[in-house]
Amino acid sequence: MKKAIISVRNLVAKFGNTIVLDKISVDIYPREITVILGRSGCGKTTLIKNILKLYQPHSGSVKIFDEDIIGMEDQDFITILKRIGMLFQNGALLNSVSISDNIAIPLEQHTDLPRDIIDKIIRVKLELVNLDHAMNMTPSELSGGMKKRVALARAIALDPEILICDEPSAGLDPLTSSSLDELILKLKDLLKMTIVIVTHELASIHRIADRLIFLDKNRVVFTGSLEEAKASSVSEVKTFFKAGRFE
Amino acid sequence: MQLLEKKLFLKGRLDKFTVPEKLKAFQKLPRKEIHYIDLSQIEMIDSAGVAFLESIRDALSEHDPRIINARADIKKTIKIFTSKKVINRVSMVRENLFENLGSAFLLWWKSVVDSFKLSADIVFWSIVGIFDRKGQRKGSVIVQSLLIGVDAVGIVSLLSLVLGLILALQSAAQLRQFGANIFVADLIAISMVREMGPMMTAIIVAGRSGSAIASEIATMKVTEEIDALKMMAIDPVRYVVVPKFQAITICMPLLVTVSIFVGIIGGLIVAVTYLDLSVVSYFTEIFAILTFKDVFIGLMKSVFFAWVIVIIASYYGFRVKGGSEGVGRVTTLSVVASIFWVIVLDAINSLIFYF
Repeated sequence: MKKAIISVRNLVAKFGNTIVLDKISVDIYPREITVILGRSGCGKTTLIKNILKLYQPHSGSVKIFDEDIIGMEDQDFITILKRIGMLFQNGALLNSVSISDNIAIPLEQHTDLPRDIIDKIIRVKLELVNLDHAMNMTPSELSGGMKKRVALARAIALDPEILICDEPSAGLDPLTSSSLDELILKLKDLLKMTIVIVTHELASIHRIADRLIFLDKNRVVFTGSLEEAKASSVSEVKTFFKAGRFE
Repeated sequence: MQLLEKKLFLKGRLDKFTVPEKLKAFQKLPRKEIHYIDLSQIEMIDSAGVAFLESIRDALSEHDPRIINARADIKKTIKIFTSKKVINRVSMVRENLFENLGSAFLLWWKSVVDSFKLSADIVFWSIVGIFDRKGQRKGSVIVQSLLIGVDAVGIVSLLSLVLGLILALQSAAQLRQFGANIFVADLIAISMVREMGPMMTAIIVAGRSGSAIASEIATMKVTEEIDALKMMAIDPVRYVVVPKFQAITICMPLLVTVSIFVGIIGGLIVAVTYLDLSVVSYFTEIFAILTFKDVFIGLMKSVFFAWVIVIIASYYGFRVKGGSEGVGRVTTLSVVASIFWVIVLDAINSLIFYF
């Protein structure tokens, strides 16, 4: 049996007194695309943010690369973070700097690479997302889809072992969404990345998912492959797929 | 890293963390002797490693060393991350001095035209808005008056009191030498009414409300709220700027009146405690020296200052580019420009009425 690269056990997350995640246990396996799905507000993004310590979990344990990160010193956690890339829902590009400088940030901060090497990496990463012509532009000059692709280039700047994407297709047209999915598949195959995607776009799930983790009402109600999900008797999963007319 | 029989052997990991030290080691090698780069002992390579390989091949371009003995997966990674396939499509068109000067002039001229258009728009809709409240939120003028006027009373009063005290203290020592103590009242009255009251209030309002107006409009532009108003067929100038313009037109003379009064009280404190003047003689002197013209011009110019502050803040707010950083930039520019133009207008006013 494969060993999980991210392992979450009995994770409880709260906003005030409201329980957002109730004793969640999930495993993410290496070199797979794991899709976390569920209705809006079921806690998908919260789960990701708790895994990455962007929110402090109320209780439970999160292991990444076999290391328990809850209670880990910030300095030690930075070492873990260097091996993880994150694509935020809205791109979260820094508007004050150019596209190339956005991608240069992790390279400058976490490596001692000279500028000419960094420039080469930036060009390659932008070429991977088909935006090498946008190098000297600023985020405000880009469309929503372009911003997401630049954000993806920034997320993979350090060639992370794990790439986490929060709703990569949200707000994109089907063609752009499909090309972004193809890019994610390319990254998985070429760079052997472990990819975690939060989404509720069924078309996207159909294209890229190896495994699904289905959240509903703050709990995990299903874990398995796409085929297993389609055949699942779990009522929430059935309703979800039926609503999306997925077959 | 080892050089043996024209072959440069690279070993271990070739990634973002090992590249800097490998680059240092490479600098020490005799470059002419490198004809092959052997990757047989490379365990893994990432994009930084590929960039490093390209860098050393560029440095050795004279005899273009070949990469040999790379494993299939290493070759695949090199193929993914090579920058050789990236064509730099960004072409920089350099302009000559005259083209640059022309562009700068056209840009300046456009900004002048735009600011006049905006001013005309604001003034027109402000006058129309007195009779027709359509296109404005109900009660928005009152809300803006509270924000711009009432909330500023405290800081304007405090600074005016301190200013009155300072002016009186600085002059008292000199006036006392000539037995001209009573003239401290003249000095305070004229300087506060003609200059200090209107100008200092304008500077406070520019820093306080001007920056708030610029950042509010700029944020609305960045977050597409201005576009949303336009799409709802609502004129953003009428909806957002006009209530502020009307409110500041009402509030500014009132704030200046408060400033003048409190400044005079500041002078009174020094006059009574340090120069042994009576309250009655101080105020008698003040009413004797001040003319209707002084008060009228002081209050009128404060209205012009207020208009300049709102127009400049709106102008910069509407021309914001970029995101949060752009908002900060136009806010700063708006405050600097407002204070500059308030001082310039004050100088022009003094030349016209008192020279």
